[in-house]
Formats: sequence, C-alpha cells, structure tokens
Amino acid sequence: MDGIADMGGTAGWGPTYPPRIDEPVFEQPWQGRAFALALVSTRLAGWNIDAFRHALERLDRTAYLDDGYFGRWLNAAELVVTESALLAPSAIQARARNLRGERVEEPPAPEPAKPDYAPTAEGSLRTVAAAPAFAIGERVRAKNISTAGHTRLPRYVRGRTGVVALIQPASVLPDTNAHFRGENPQHVYTVRFDAQELWGADAEPFALTIEMFESYLERAV
Amino acid sequence: MTGGQSADRIPPSLRTEALEQLLIERGLIDPKVLDAIIANYETNVGPLNGAKVVAKAWTDADYRRWLLADGTAAIKDLGFIGVQTEHVVVVENTATSHHVVVCTLCSCYPWQLLGLPPSWYKDPAYRARIIKEPRKVLSEMGLELADDVQITVHDSSSEVRWLVLPERPAGTEGLSSEQLVPLITRDAMVGVARIAAP
Repeated sequence: MDGIADMGGTAGWGPTYPPRIDEPVFEQPWQGRAFALALVSTRLAGWNIDAFRHALERLDRTAYLDDGYFGRWLNAAELVVTESALLAPSAIQARARNLRGERVEEPPAPEPAKPDYAPTAEGSLRTVAAAPAFAIGERVRAKNISTAGHTRLPRYVRGRTGVVALIQPASVLPDTNAHFRGENPQHVYTVRFDAQELWGADAEPFALTIEMFESYLERAV
Repeated sequence: MTGGQSADRIPPSLRTEALEQLLIERGLIDPKVLDAIIANYETNVGPLNGAKVVAKAWTDADYRRWLLADGTAAIKDLGFIGVQTEHVVVVENTATSHHVVVCTLCSCYPWQLLGLPPSWYKDPAYRARIIKEPRKVLSEMGLELADDVQITVHDSSSEVRWLVLPERPAGTEGLSSEQLVPLITRDAMVGVARIAAP
C-alpha cells in the first residue's frame, strides 16, 4: 500500500546522524516488553510476518512515528490482538487508563477469531516448480502497481527499468500471504537500477539493488 | 481504532503494561517467555556473530571465497542462520567499491548476525534518503568516500538479507581471528563506517 511506511525517496525527515557505538538494544524497559509482546502476539493470533508488517504499515502517522520503532511495534501488536479478537478493541486503552488511576469499565473478552491459515513450512523460502521467467542480465521494468493491500514493491521503483543481477531463492509472496490468501511462492530477483533511472539526470552516481517478486516485473525492451 | 491510534494518547510504557497484563490474565502468555526473548536479544544475538564471520573471512581465504559465493551456506556453517536471517548475500567493500544496506519499507535486518537494528537504521531520514543521496548521507554519518568509489545501495525488500564484508584495515596482518573480532563494528557490516586500524 502507498502508506507512511513506504519512505524511500521521500523528503522532510531532516539529516541523518552518526551512529552511537554504545547504544543499548532497548533504551527503555517497555521497549523490550513491546518487542517481545509483538512477537508473541503475532504467533498467538495465528498471523505471519507479512501480516505483521502490513499491520505496521496500516498505522496512521502518529502511531507509526511518534513513539519510535518500538512504539510502532506496540501499536501493530495492538492491531494484531484486537483484529484477531484475543482482546476487545477498547481493552488495552481501558486497562492503561486504570493503570494510571482512572476508574473505567473494561470490556469482556471476545471470542478469538484467528485467520483460516497455516504455513506450509517454516520461514519464507519455498521451492517453485516453474523455471524463472527472467534471466540474469535481462532488462526488466518494475510494474506500476498501486494496491490498497500489502506489497513489497515500493513507489520509488515503480515504472523504472533495471537489470536482473541475481536470482534468489523462491519465497512466499507477501502480497497474498499478509492477507491469508495463500503463500503463492514466486521467484525473487535482485534487480539493479542506475541512480539516474530512479532520480533523474542530476542524481548522485550510484547503483541500487532491490529484491523483486516475479509478478512485480515485466520484460523491458 | 486501538489505543495507539487514538487522539487520547496514553504513554507507550503504560499501554505495554496493559497489553501484557491482559494477555497474562487471559492465560495466553507467560511473562517468563517475554523475559527470555528480551534476554536473548540483549545478550546472545548481536553483532558479535557477524564479527566472527568477518574475522574468519579475513583470516581464511577459502572461507572468504565460500562466503562471497554462497553466504547462506558459509554463515550456516558458523550457526547464524535463523529467524530474520534465512538467506544472506555477502558483498565486499574495497578501496574502490562500497556497499551499504537499508530497508526502506520497514527495518529488515540480519538479526542473527547483527542483532536488532540500531536506531539510525530505523530512522526515517536514513530509510528515505540513503537510496537517493547515499554519498551525502554517508558523509552526514561520518563516512567520507572519495569520488572514484562506486557506491551500491541494497534495499532489503524481501527475506534476503545483506551483509557487508568490510575492508580489513592496514596494520592488522599479524592479528589472529580472535584478536580481529573486537575491531569489527556493526556499522561497518551495514556499510556506514569503515573499520579503523587498531
């Protein structure tokens, strides 16, 4: 989807900064709890990694940005547990308000509604019987697709032409797996783009590679 | 919408506590499981794993060739293939060729080799800009590259993970793999820093 998470090439974020060598994994205790809760909640709900990434990208700007990376994970975990009805939609809010001294009624626990879905194997890598549609060295164009659902085809490469650099192991297609509509494994290609193709004649000279699922690509002449 | 999306914003620390309490009360989670996950990523899974891979490649020419030809197999040999690190491609930084890694869509990162991503990797400015003006971004981050250095940026959009094999610094020829490991930094293995001579 064309949401806040698709950040590549967008402006307005200010400068980057030098790395901090001694940065802790979790700056604050709640961040570690939120990280672990997100992992466990996703499993409890019977969701997969693609569905979790889609939960992240469905957050609004405030929920995505304002509490940083682990705040984003917490907010996505809330989506996971409420959409799968492990908890009622207002349960976390009500409990948090009670924790800070208010007295609000908490909703009863709903009947869980896990997706009708089971992975065919561990992880994301799969085998595909058909031969790859594209060969190393072949010129390919990223299709100009804008979907309301999940995709790993970012805006900045859509419609741009590159060259297949590597053929990677076939993998579950996030676009359908995130919505529990099947794994649909596809060949995955590392496609190399020239900076000027992406950003115009005045671009810094460099090359970019990105992994593209087979259905994202078409042959370029 | 959920609490996280609401205008009445409750601090994330409190919402985290609420979520954990509710799941415990429903009998869905054991807090010890959360403790174990946190401890694993705070102590076991971190850039030390990647540093061991790099140090071995620097001191063992056969391993280096294997790592660059089939990163997944060579890394599996050291035991670092797993969650969020299913398939790894290793690229080599040299005096004339520089690789740097990003995930523009989220913050995909080779957890088993480098741990959880550092804050700069998750920062919107890095995600948005390293794919558009890498030389400028690297300069802001403290890495100046000469004009003749060719830059390749790798956007991790699938489950493929990228690891940068940094250039071995001059003056380390006599050091063993064990002596090299502490010199190898997370930032160099993502491609935003060089490894300094000891």
